[in-house]
Amino acid sequence: MKYLKFLIIGIIFGIVMFKSEAASWFRIYEMFQFQSFHMYGIMGSALTLGVLGTWLIKKYKLKSIDGEPIKFTPKNKSFSRYMYGGILFGLGWALAGSCPGPIYTLIGAGYISILVVLVGALVGTFLYGLLREKLPH
Amino acid sequence: MEWILEPWPWYVAGPLIAGIMFLLLFGGRTFGMSSNLRTMCTIGGAGKKADFFAFDWKAQRWNLVVVAGAILGGFIAANFLSTDISVEINPDTVTTLENLGFASAGEAYLPNELFATNALTDPKSLVILLIGGLLIGFGARYAGGCTSGHAISGLSNLQLPSLIAVVGFFVGGLVMVHLLFPLIF
Repeated sequence: MKYLKFLIIGIIFGIVMFKSEAASWFRIYEMFQFQSFHMYGIMGSALTLGVLGTWLIKKYKLKSIDGEPIKFTPKNKSFSRYMYGGILFGLGWALAGSCPGPIYTLIGAGYISILVVLVGALVGTFLYGLLREKLPH
Repeated sequence: MEWILEPWPWYVAGPLIAGIMFLLLFGGRTFGMSSNLRTMCTIGGAGKKADFFAFDWKAQRWNLVVVAGAILGGFIAANFLSTDISVEINPDTVTTLENLGFASAGEAYLPNELFATNALTDPKSLVILLIGGLLIGFGARYAGGCTSGHAISGLSNLQLPSLIAVVGFFVGGLVMVHLLFPLIF
């Protein structure tokens, strides 16, 4: 039963991704053409509340439901891995019109062909694991 | 309640996404979807080929349950919470896409030219989807996160690395759409 809450969170996430059209290839294309505020509004409002809430959690040292302090792990400092990795991700995001979350939403929505994107993403992740030592980080 | 069946506006979706991140934080976890790809590689036995995958994936089971939920959520949204799923994008965007050969622009949720089941018999769309996925998987792990891990979780915590990654996401996306699309389509 301890996993039930994560299932419910996932269901809400899947519904929001589909209903907001953030899982639509067309919305991603439109965003990169700067022809709609929609995607910027989604990310901007999520971020505004995210920054505020994260600040409040830290300020009031809020605890999780298990009574543990909520920890934020700082990301390792670097430039190259974030920029190079980010650019590669962005190329794929625009081409397949989907990021890792919406891939699952679209499977549920019945788009069989998104499984090809998922297979590609798994192979890409595997290739990264193989080449990791040789890449600048 | 009619509005539920319509597409949800950004000011409903954005706050809900922030809410999902906070629910996970209060559940003692963090919001990040692309790490599931690594977990799936590990379950598939990739740990024998690269140390990167040699970790105890069972600690990540909760996130796979989130994935199962996201699949279920997509099913519920598409089948029970929508009447018309065509995405009303900007008419200018529709024109640009029609000129690129996407006749389904403005009339579908995903372009039929790439995602319709019969497009799977077209080698070109198959290769496009595969390469798109490859870049998503490789890039997300290289950058240490995707839209959820960096653009939402990381930026909410004011992480400079996440800002660099998000700038990278946009550089890549803009190059693809503006420079490469005219060559591909």
